[in-house]
Amino acid sequence: MAKIKPSKGSPYARILGVGGYRPTRVVPNEVILETIDSSDEWIRSRSGIETRHWANDEETVAAMSVEASGKAIADAGITAGQIGAVVVSTVSHFKQTPAVATEIADKLGTNKAAAFDISAGCAGFGYGLTLAKGMVVEGSAEYVLVIGVERLSDLTDLEDRATAFLFGDGAGAVVVGPSAEPAIGPTVWGSEGDKSETIKQTVPWTEYDSTGKFPAITQEGQAVFRWAVFEMAKVAKEALDAAGITADELDVFIPHQANERIIDSMVKTLKLPQSVTVARDVRTTGNTSAASIPLAMERLLATGEAKSGDTALVIGFGAGLVYAATVVTLP
Amino acid sequence: MAATQEEIVAGLADIVNEIAGIPVEDVQLDKSFTDDLDVDSLSMVEVVVAAEERFDVKIPDEDVKNLKTVGDATAYILKNQG
Repeated sequence: MAKIKPSKGSPYARILGVGGYRPTRVVPNEVILETIDSSDEWIRSRSGIETRHWANDEETVAAMSVEASGKAIADAGITAGQIGAVVVSTVSHFKQTPAVATEIADKLGTNKAAAFDISAGCAGFGYGLTLAKGMVVEGSAEYVLVIGVERLSDLTDLEDRATAFLFGDGAGAVVVGPSAEPAIGPTVWGSEGDKSETIKQTVPWTEYDSTGKFPAITQEGQAVFRWAVFEMAKVAKEALDAAGITADELDVFIPHQANERIIDSMVKTLKLPQSVTVARDVRTTGNTSAASIPLAMERLLATGEAKSGDTALVIGFGAGLVYAATVVTLP
Repeated sequence: MAATQEEIVAGLADIVNEIAGIPVEDVQLDKSFTDDLDVDSLSMVEVVVAAEERFDVKIPDEDVKNLKTVGDATAYILKNQG
């Protein structure tokens, strides 16, 4: 039998750089209140959200991704030509083929980097990060670009008072590359397809013509809240344990920015010490699904609330239901 | 040993006090969680999960919407507690 030469990767992987793009249009709650019977106070008390960004026609999924990725590549101190793979997580790019990742890889000026899209809802960043780590350690790419990007305003029912205020648009990207030390812990991830009805697109694309209403994301608020807080707190704890990190050793907590009430309740359930910096980007960014964790990470580092080298717990969770949690060293 | 009605109301009062900051004496059988006790739909989930732990009872999502008053919750726990 012929002997196949094994691939050669790095012993470990780390996040080397992060970048974000927030659309220029800032949308306050007052605009949301034009189409639903609610109040600014009600929206803030139920979600913590004050403003969100909505993309204009030029701020496409690809364009926002290229902007965020350019910053992540510069932050990592590499060039686009060194990127070996581009992984894009999105649920709001409405052309399935070809994958938008290929257009992004081309526009960035990569050297024919492998490029593909994944669909893992609000856990998409963690899923992409896990794939990237595997590629770097296995050796199929030295540097991997992971992008979470959404235009959820396109999938928002502005007349649904339970969800109209929740969603926003944006892109977040990280560069994952080789490391001499472990800097991305084991991923605790999974899916619970039996709960697929709790967060979903209202109708399939094939049925949208007959309804006359563009599909939107809908959810069962109480069921999602219970799962997100109490089940995801267990997953977050498992990720800490898997990485051998205690809550006292943690510097930063970056949960998916779904709703500040979920974040508050998770922090309480996890009994995180006061010393842990908690990402609350949802207040001014809304829920941007796969983009929320890298966007929140970028903002914490930009404002100085977190610093390079900090140990952060990241956890994404959402439609599927799917989830992914891991401990990382911040770039 | 199964909790009595009085013990359940007292337990719910502690939980509502902890989660919504409502004085324990305000938590009475006829009080509505949302209208009288400032427990919104998300806080109600926290109340339910805390009650599940305290009274060894399972309260599925589909039953939570039927628990409008402290009396509804107390009757549900009395009937279903482990």
